[in-house]
Amino acid sequence: MNLIVQTILKRLALGVVTLFFVSLVIFSAIQFLPGDFGEAVLGQAATEETVAAFRRELGLDVPAWQRYLDWVGAVATGDFGTSFSGRASSGVDRSRPVMELIAPRLENTLFLASITAMVAVPLALFLGITAALWRNSIYDRVVNAMTLTSISFPEFFVAYILILFSALWWGLPTLANITEGMPFWEKVHKSLLPSMTLTLVIVAHMMRMTRAAIINLLASPYIEMARLKGQSRIRVIMRHALPNAWAPIATVIAFNLAYLVVGVVVVEVVFVYPGVGQLMVDAVASRDIPVVQGCAMIFAATYILLNLTADIIGIVTNPRLLHPK
Amino acid sequence: MTETNTYSAASEVASTITRRTRWERMKITLSKAPLTAWFGMIVIVFYLFVALFAQWLAPHGEADNSFAAYLPWGEAGHVFGTDQIGRDVFSRLIYGAQNTIGIALATTFLSFMIGGTLGLAASIRGGWTDQILSRIVDVLMAIPSLIFALMLLSVFGSTAGSLIIIIALLDSTRVFRITRSVAVNVVVMDYVEAARLRGEGLGWVMRREILPNIMPPLVAEFGLRFSFVFLTIASLSFLGVGLQPPTADWGSMVRESASLMQFVQYDLKSGLTPLLPAGAIALITVAVNYVVDWFLHMTSGLKD
Amino acid sequence: MSNDNKQNQGEAGDVLLEMRDIRIEGFSDEKWNPIIKGMDLTLHRGEVLGLIGESGAGKSTLGLAGMGFTQPGCRITSGSIMFDGIDLVKATETEKRALWGSRVAYVAQSAAASFNPAHRLIDQTVEATVAHGLQAEAAAKDDARQLYSALTLPFPETIGERYPHQVSGGQLQRVMTAMAMSPRPDLIVFDEPTTALDVTTQVEVLLSMRKIVEEFNTAAIYITHDLAVVAQMADTIKVLRYGKEVEESPAREMLTAPKEEYTKSLWSVRALHKEAQPSDDIVLSIDGVDAAYGRGLKVLHDVNIKVPRGRTVSIVGESGSGKSTTARVITGLLPPMAGQVTFNGEALPPQLKGRSKEQLRKIQMIYQMADTAMNPRQTVGEIIGRPLEFYHGLKGAAREKRVLELLEMIELDETFYDRLPSEMSGGQKQRICIARALAAEPEVIICDEVTSALDQIVQEGILKLLMKLQEKHGITYLFITHDIATVEAISDEIVVMYMGEVVEQGIKDEIMTAPYPAYTELLLSSVPEMDPDWLTNLAENRGETA
Repeated sequence: MNLIVQTILKRLALGVVTLFFVSLVIFSAIQFLPGDFGEAVLGQAATEETVAAFRRELGLDVPAWQRYLDWVGAVATGDFGTSFSGRASSGVDRSRPVMELIAPRLENTLFLASITAMVAVPLALFLGITAALWRNSIYDRVVNAMTLTSISFPEFFVAYILILFSALWWGLPTLANITEGMPFWEKVHKSLLPSMTLTLVIVAHMMRMTRAAIINLLASPYIEMARLKGQSRIRVIMRHALPNAWAPIATVIAFNLAYLVVGVVVVEVVFVYPGVGQLMVDAVASRDIPVVQGCAMIFAATYILLNLTADIIGIVTNPRLLHPK
Repeated sequence: MTETNTYSAASEVASTITRRTRWERMKITLSKAPLTAWFGMIVIVFYLFVALFAQWLAPHGEADNSFAAYLPWGEAGHVFGTDQIGRDVFSRLIYGAQNTIGIALATTFLSFMIGGTLGLAASIRGGWTDQILSRIVDVLMAIPSLIFALMLLSVFGSTAGSLIIIIALLDSTRVFRITRSVAVNVVVMDYVEAARLRGEGLGWVMRREILPNIMPPLVAEFGLRFSFVFLTIASLSFLGVGLQPPTADWGSMVRESASLMQFVQYDLKSGLTPLLPAGAIALITVAVNYVVDWFLHMTSGLKD
Repeated sequence: MSNDNKQNQGEAGDVLLEMRDIRIEGFSDEKWNPIIKGMDLTLHRGEVLGLIGESGAGKSTLGLAGMGFTQPGCRITSGSIMFDGIDLVKATETEKRALWGSRVAYVAQSAAASFNPAHRLIDQTVEATVAHGLQAEAAAKDDARQLYSALTLPFPETIGERYPHQVSGGQLQRVMTAMAMSPRPDLIVFDEPTTALDVTTQVEVLLSMRKIVEEFNTAAIYITHDLAVVAQMADTIKVLRYGKEVEESPAREMLTAPKEEYTKSLWSVRALHKEAQPSDDIVLSIDGVDAAYGRGLKVLHDVNIKVPRGRTVSIVGESGSGKSTTARVITGLLPPMAGQVTFNGEALPPQLKGRSKEQLRKIQMIYQMADTAMNPRQTVGEIIGRPLEFYHGLKGAAREKRVLELLEMIELDETFYDRLPSEMSGGQKQRICIARALAAEPEVIICDEVTSALDQIVQEGILKLLMKLQEKHGITYLFITHDIATVEAISDEIVVMYMGEVVEQGIKDEIMTAPYPAYTELLLSSVPEMDPDWLTNLAENRGETA
């Protein structure tokens, strides 16, 4: 068992190191801002003193490495700095800490992602596995053509089609403006359309990848050997294919959940859903760098965490590691 | 013991495939292509045609806003009406083809130049070169590309140039990975070693031994990368940080006409307006994916 | 060991399997091609039938058809297959599945790939027996352990608890035999079971297999391309070629008096023999070489080899002996940690990079797998032409002329000039590789297992060609191989290697006669011979109970 623990620890360490480097990349983005952004942000309130104070606040007067360490230290305690917005109005600094902006949005995004995943993952696995088992049947071909088509659509296209149907026939809310105190089922009701959009996109990807993984598995020689021992189809699948399928399936799921993280951005914008994605897009449009950095950090961390989970599942289900020589 | 000479080298049983000319092979493969692939190829050719000849096909100017705003479909010679500042939607759709496809192609080519060269170099030299490049790519790929693009665009601003460079850089990581993984399989082949033992230089080995043998997966990847880049640019424009007005771009056209969707119950045609550029985007990516899927199916030679 | 769960206690000597006028086709290159073109096969209870032939002759397809199994992409177009009264051609999938793993069993070529990495060996061994309801699980497992013991596996009581990746190739092959035996089938199909094993491991496995087949009076179809192996195992031998039968006789009869020309030619392959000619004119010398990959274990220890000019020195040893590593050191791909390589009196720079074109030109290499040794997108003209251009500066018409001369030297005609590698057979491809080496006009050619991947008859042709070229042009060969028969046929001097060391070196005649150092003894005696009693005698000599 020691080998497994070792391998997992190594993998975790790799994840942490990756996160560190990613933070470096995200941090260094601010270095490339054109020099006069101080004036641009402060707008009317820009005087020589305020600009200088602003630059000092951002730490632009100390060497880069020190700035980075300060930033990392702050991030570790949840302080992502303060937003650029709200500084321009008549001298009063109404900027809010980035964390305060992100936290409620993060909760909303996670809510949307969760209800989507709960439907999408089982559906995709079911479709993918059955398509692989009944390979080249009419069912398989139809499912294949449909998913190939839907993975080619941009998310906003799917979203607008659903809005169209909803406006014409279904009457579901097209503005998903959920708020904090809303009762659970009302939240779900308002999130139905965005969730459906995301589900359609994710299921297509996940189903195709699952199907490919299972087909690959079924081509292994030991599967043929099991057939030659007279095992029934069910037995071959349950006893021989399935135990070896966890790792590839886990990888597929993690990969697609990471994809979900990205798809969420567009969907939130279309349905005006108050999540981190929409926050980031607004911040990019107004060049509110601290908010952009904060959101990027959150997305990257989620992505890394999901890939890490997939790798770890692959490790703990690998018989060569479970039972070393 | 007498040696029975029932054997001669030239008469060995070989799988004598009479080699067909390239033209013949193309005709045969085309005749066996499924409907979806045909559909895809026709659509692609159509789009390329529109993109190339936009200037001659569009009835009005790209930024010509001399007409009344929000004219309904079919009124006064505007097939799809006009947009919110009085520009002809139909013309903008046509110019949109030129702009979006043009930028997407440029970006894909650039990403292949960068990613492909680096991937080949990493696979051949191995060792530290390979390690360092692969680690850098791992870190860059740890940030989802849309997010990364958003972040970089917020810093560098959204011009056509910055879009092309940023997305090409981000996408080159994927090209690097796939080039490296197929090249690595070829690099271990004995014929590559035989070339090195002969004393051939690195450039020769890359060009003449490795590259010709990795073309099929790379060609397929080009198609996939193109559709991904296309969708990314369209999504960025839709979010407002891609190509800026007055350039006609399908993504931003969707955004501009999005509000019309609200009124679809009252005026069906106008309500469908945002679906026109969105559908144009969807159609080309579907077409490319169909063709790539067929190409992959052919070259992988899976026995069913 | 109990034989109780044998379903059908028929009389020994009854006909068990009868195949009449079988035709099987395979789908490739977009059409159906015939693989088996009308064959008959009769197998009695307890009889071992050896199916022998070159690759592509249809042996595996026929063997699997005997079970009623067709591989994906194959179909039976006509003929009948009767297994103990059951028509396998007409049987449904369910009916056939009832037979597979209970009355008929299959032992595949690659044991490593045929076991599920996620389950223990013993579970997989008894799986079929238990699933078909032939024995309760506990009883089946006990029986399996006894089978392991009978097959001389180490630690038979506990080896079943292991997983496939935890045991060696030879052991896995025996476990697979136990797996086939567990339901006490009437018929086992052995599909090239020892082809992938080392010579010394092969002996153990053959002994175990034969013992167990005899003990339970199981009928067997033993498929192989190795003549000497089939001589040990079979009662009757059937020779296949191009999907048709050439000859069938009882084993002893066929070995001593084959009737058909083709059969005779298969036997005569091993008659190639060269008179050893010693010489003191050393062209290539490896002195005190130690080598390691990266910072890992040393793979070569103090290797000393002297290669005389114009002669053939064979380096023989099993996998892991360091033969190929030595070749890499000589060519400069692996710089040695100690010692040096001297060529024509001058020390060669240890790294490939440091060598001049002339130095590179004079030592050429030919590889084992001709498929991967040639760029699949280059024509023969380009493949042979490149060294001509690179080393001798030949271009255009002069180059083409020389390529055609080389083609003639390797006994092929000018129609090959425009062919791609995929359009040639294994032997033809290897000849092109020889021509490519010759194009450089080298002094030494290193042949790395160049005939190991070829069929017997083709091997003969290649070896004869190499000898002819040596006579004419005075080329020195360093021939790396694991096949003793080849060594016997073509060498002047022999170097025996084991675990990275040179165990013995000297003139062929001296090495091949007793007394030998222990390893050479083991190696030479493990090579199967054409005598049907060889295996039995060997077993007695080694003190194992047959």
